[in-house]
Amino acid sequence: MLLVLVEQTGGVASDPSLQTLTLARSFGEPIHALVIGSAVDLSHHGVAVTHVAVHDELDSFAPDAWAAILGQLADRLGAGAVFAAGTDRGNDVMARVAARMRLPLATNCIAVAPGPPVTLTRQRWGGSLLEEARLHSARALITVAPHSVPIEPARAETRVERFTPQLKEQELVVHVAEHVSTKGGGVSLAEAKVVVSGGRGVGSKEGFAIIEDLAGLLGAAVGCSRVVTSAGWRPHTDQVGQTGTKIAPELYIACGISGATQHMAGCKAAKRILAINSDAEAPIMLNADYAVVGDLKEIVPAISAELRKRK
Amino acid sequence: MRVLVCVKRVPFTGGKMVLAPDSMALETRHLGFTISPHEECGVEAAVRLVEVNTGESVVLTLGPPEAIEQLRDAMALGIDRAIHLQTESAEWDPEATAAAIVDAIGADEAASGPFDLIFFGNESADSGGYQVGLLVARALGRPAVTGLKGVKVEGGSVRCEQEADGGRDVYVVPMPAVLTVKEGLNLPRYPSVPGRMRAGRKPVATSAPTQAPARLEMVRLVVPPGQGRRAEVLGSGASAAPAVVEMMRKIGVA
Ligand SMILES: Cc1cc2nc3c(=O)[nH]c(=O)nc-3n(C[C@H](O)[C@H](O)[C@H](O)COP(=O)(O)OP(=O)(O)OC[C@H]3O[C@@H](n4cnc5c(N)ncnc54)[C@H](O)[C@@H]3O)c2cc1C
Ligand SMILES: Nc1ncnc2c1ncn2[C@@H]1O[C@H](COP(=O)(O)O)[C@@H](O)[C@H]1O
Repeated sequence: MLLVLVEQTGGVASDPSLQTLTLARSFGEPIHALVIGSAVDLSHHGVAVTHVAVHDELDSFAPDAWAAILGQLADRLGAGAVFAAGTDRGNDVMARVAARMRLPLATNCIAVAPGPPVTLTRQRWGGSLLEEARLHSARALITVAPHSVPIEPARAETRVERFTPQLKEQELVVHVAEHVSTKGGGVSLAEAKVVVSGGRGVGSKEGFAIIEDLAGLLGAAVGCSRVVTSAGWRPHTDQVGQTGTKIAPELYIACGISGATQHMAGCKAAKRILAINSDAEAPIMLNADYAVVGDLKEIVPAISAELRKRK
Repeated sequence: MRVLVCVKRVPFTGGKMVLAPDSMALETRHLGFTISPHEECGVEAAVRLVEVNTGESVVLTLGPPEAIEQLRDAMALGIDRAIHLQTESAEWDPEATAAAIVDAIGADEAASGPFDLIFFGNESADSGGYQVGLLVARALGRPAVTGLKGVKVEGGSVRCEQEADGGRDVYVVPMPAVLTVKEGLNLPRYPSVPGRMRAGRKPVATSAPTQAPARLEMVRLVVPPGQGRRAEVLGSGASAAPAVVEMMRKIGVA
């Protein structure tokens, strides 16, 4: 049997967790799920038993406590493998499970097959490269790369059980003490339908005025490459890429961006990409759907003018 | 205050990933090397903390002899000295890496006292295991917080901020502690010429740890199939604007 950690907000399972349930089912059954705090209905996702962990001290997220709970339940059930989504929290908690149980962990997998040894394919370089690997362990620990496996529903009779973990004081030392909201106005980069992004080709901080103007007309968010954040032209919160934000807009407009793999790791989920670049041979041309060749300082204002004309 | 930062040497790939003939590594003959932007922010944080609180900052890497380059880069930015755990060229799995780092920290702390803070990247740039920092923290019995974009020392504790749910989650943990950080934590400085000169004279302690067997064993690397896109050229220069707006209308964004 397999144990899957399911993350939730207000009783609704996260998409990456549902993707994880789908991949776990291809690995083996029956599936037991662990949710922490309140119950989640997983009867449409092939879960045989949902364990709801309840504890007085778990109102705020405490990663060592979550790892302790996952480990205790895996031991009690004799789970052959433990899965979680490859989210910030999923990877964090699973690495702590690996550490406390002295088991190897494979993160951000996109395919897994039972062993021994377990064979798997996992993402490297933010998904720009894949690794085929073997996991030598009686109990496999796996996280699943978000948005790499489509959710496939499956009906099941789900039993719900309450689980009361034993937590030590030291497992509660690291916990969220406070949440500070930073939601400002404007369109968030991660959720925008259109993103207009500038790279080194924009030339300066002031150069972004034409990018912002076009973004304003399209109700789009402004993004940028790492060269731009390193130069201090834009804040890091605008950076798209492996070490920036990952986006999935309808249209991504990349202006003066060469298309390095680490940049593309952040925008490859875009439905369509328009590259505006003076170099017709720039690598981004092989990853874009549309291109305009030439100086962005002429092209971007011309697009804005055309949009205004047609309004 | 004593601060350690752990960094990993990785190739600086450009527009595409090219594999070596055995498919066990990237073809790096024409590439430069770097550390992850996350780890660069860890280096900057370590330097700033020691500038303010005095003490000592140390950089550690486990990697081939050439990784001395990344250690010198960190020292050029102000790190005081380096620990180089030398390996043959192949990459070590996360457990083996963590075990060697734990031993090295033990030895350094026995000689010079505990590190108040140990910085890691949230994940390494190439293998992205998301775990070496947490494995080390557990072995040392120290609290660990991951993915930080804010770190502030307040007396004997450290206030840590992590991006979450359209805001920031705040953790306050006692030192000594292990922190894994992300790019955006700070804006790292560029090395100065005198900084580079000084770095050449700073001490590097080199040793060769023995490798634990890999339980996560790489079989081969594969370049994912391309998106199959070949850009449709809508035109060149400003005269392409009408075609661009047409395209935007067609896909429903303008
Ligand atoms: C581990 C790691 C992680 C990284 N993470 C990220 C990340 O998250 N995000 C990221 O962006 N990068 C990241 N990078 C950096 C990445 O490798 C590239 O260095 C960076 O993306 C390049 O930015 P750029 O395209 O703006 O600049 P360049 O590569 O210099 O490209 C500039 C482009 O602008 C074009 N151009 C110049 N002038 C004009 C003009 N007037 N009009 C039109 N076009 C013009 C040029 O033809 C060129 O194609 C990372 C690197 C590493 C090693
Ligand atoms: N070979 C290494 N040498 C030094 N530090 C490393 C090494 N590998 C990983 N690390 C550190 O551990 C972090 C997480 O690595 P990983 O678990 O591989 O994602 C990295 O960002 C580094 O700070």
